Amino acid sequence: MATYGSMPDPPSADKRWKIVTGTMRKNGFARHALIEALHTVQSSFGYLDDAAIRFVAGSLRVPLSQAYGVATFYHYFNLTPPGRHTMTICTGTACYIKGTDKLVAEAEKRLGVAQGRTTSDGNITLMTARCVGACGRAPVVLADGELNGQMTCEQMIEQLERWAAE
Amino acid sequence: MNLEELEQIAENLREGNARFDHEINVCMGTGCLSQHSDRLKDELAKAVAASGKKVLVRRTGCMGLCAAGPLVLIDPDKTLYQHVNTAHAETVVNSLGSEPVAELQCNLRAHFEEQVHVVLENSGHIDPEKIDDYIARDGYKALVKALTEMTPGDVIREVTESGLRGRGGGGYPTGLKWSTVAKAAGDAKYVICNGDEGDPGAFMDRSVLESDPQRVLEGMAIAAYAVGASKGYVYVRAEYPLAVSRLTASLREARRRGLLGANICNTQFSFDVEIRLGAGAFVCGEETALIASIEGKRGTPRPRPPYPAVGGLWNKPTLINNVETFANIPPILRNGGKWFARLGTEKSKGTKVFALTGKITNTGLVEVPMGISLRQIIEGIGGGVPGGHAFKAVQTGGPSGGCIPKELLDIEVSYESLIQAGSMMGSGGMIVMDDTSCMVNVARFFIEFCMTESCGKCIPCRAGTAQLHTLLTRICSGSASIADLDLLIDLCGTVKETSLCGLGQTAPNPILSTLRYFKDEYMEHIVHKRCPAGVCNMQARQTDASPLEVMA
Repeated sequence: MATYGSMPDPPSADKRWKIVTGTMRKNGFARHALIEALHTVQSSFGYLDDAAIRFVAGSLRVPLSQAYGVATFYHYFNLTPPGRHTMTICTGTACYIKGTDKLVAEAEKRLGVAQGRTTSDGNITLMTARCVGACGRAPVVLADGELNGQMTCEQMIEQLERWAAE
Repeated sequence: MNLEELEQIAENLREGNARFDHEINVCMGTGCLSQHSDRLKDELAKAVAASGKKVLVRRTGCMGLCAAGPLVLIDPDKTLYQHVNTAHAETVVNSLGSEPVAELQCNLRAHFEEQVHVVLENSGHIDPEKIDDYIARDGYKALVKALTEMTPGDVIREVTESGLRGRGGGGYPTGLKWSTVAKAAGDAKYVICNGDEGDPGAFMDRSVLESDPQRVLEGMAIAAYAVGASKGYVYVRAEYPLAVSRLTASLREARRRGLLGANICNTQFSFDVEIRLGAGAFVCGEETALIASIEGKRGTPRPRPPYPAVGGLWNKPTLINNVETFANIPPILRNGGKWFARLGTEKSKGTKVFALTGKITNTGLVEVPMGISLRQIIEGIGGGVPGGHAFKAVQTGGPSGGCIPKELLDIEVSYESLIQAGSMMGSGGMIVMDDTSCMVNVARFFIEFCMTESCGKCIPCRAGTAQLHTLLTRICSGSASIADLDLLIDLCGTVKETSLCGLGQTAPNPILSTLRYFKDEYMEHIVHKRCPAGVCNMQARQTDASPLEVMA
């Protein structure tokens, strides 16, 4: 834990840490920039690991317990690295009424992992989201962040198989 | 900046646009973008260049009718095309100046004619990232008028007179909230725009932020002037990347035009706005939890009082309003509070934007005057339930609301009447269910949502929602007894009365409202071990019906 006044060094020489430091600097290294800084880590590296949380907490002089508390409280933050591809199935109310639970069950069966997990070869991560706000196109699936509306089981499986064949 | 300069900007834009004979507006809201309306716009631009016609191809925000996307609106003839794809680009451009393309035309008179657009007046008509487009449609007139001709007290009086109530769901009178913050003593005050639209099945705020972001910033600036704040935050969900990027671009534009920043309109008033990203926590829609999140902490609520109006962000007086509430402010100041008060019912003024989804033909975004009946929205504007199925219930208010059955379809839409029906206005999600939906299963869905979204701070919500979920799972798997039903009702009361914040206090509502109108479905599950809609797997019995261990 850094003492008051001294800045910890980034966990590695990776240039992306400069982006993270940039976000913190923009906010004057204020403690309230914790969530903003963690967002930058996740958008740069894809997830938050212990070293990243320690670095951000030390730089902002936030207790480690608080930083870890925040990182685990918010669903948006991943603590494990995502797979090469991510399939996110929306489970908001409109999608639920249009049968999204069947999509989730089918994807879980196909990939052999529960939602929130990555296949053992590190290829595909299966996620669920609480409403992405495209309810007019329900049921909705995000394939590597790209929104696909009125999704059928067949279309989703096709996508999963394309990824598996890569 | 003054009114003449605003008029000059608008005039310049109009002159520029007058060079074109036609305007093609392409909807680039999230719904249409998911069907590649961005590629469609590029194709249209190419076709225009090839044809040599004088046509402006414009990216716009949401046009509302997501079910028929991608949508294209041709001005000045006001022809609306639906399901347009890149292959149609040439046909559409060729038809300009002659007969419209019949097979693409969208003729949903009933859908559009019963709507009244106040909040959505610019959605689908302007490029959301171009501030001049907004100014050309009377944008920022209200702010300039407030700063140069009105005192903060005048502004609050006008908002009070309009009768506007909070559009986030609670319905607290906006004018009263503003005057409380204005009266509160403090060296610094803050204005926060609550764009943490966590209610699953609702996307009004996303659409307003994506389609007309300047309107929200203008509303916030007027509010800041009225209450004496100089700093604002927009708290928006990280799940809405398009809204965030358009908002970021809009902030830059507004600063460039001198409509945000120091000494706006050469007055003493300075105001700037920062964006704060949510990180996927439903509870952050609760105002004290949202404030904790902006302060960089876990989003847990705290007891009130003190209310944010007195001690909010960093313990300073803070005004928190919803996106749609701020979006209503510019037209109120432009046209006067009396104009706004003429719309709607006695106690619920103005219009309300609803996200109409589920088992309904015309899914999308609609804006209706308060006082309209649910039947008019669902059967008229929404086009009814598709596929020959029968309407069963409409869910409003999200996880805090309830299901309204078909017997009550003729009630008017207002804060009071929806509460009387056992539901609530909520932020504006309206999910239609037909005979293929099991109401017990729907109640279980919402309780599961509340259980996973409970922040864990208070016991009734953390443990109560988990036990409610267990009981409902038992009912849905055919292993419940009548005693379980009594326990369920009893526990609903306890959670409602003893939870710390709105999340827990309203979590039992979906159960209570379905029990009120669809008790026979519950009895069918419990007594005859049968799911009338055929949704629940009654053979599952013991698999996941064992009580959840929750640390109290």
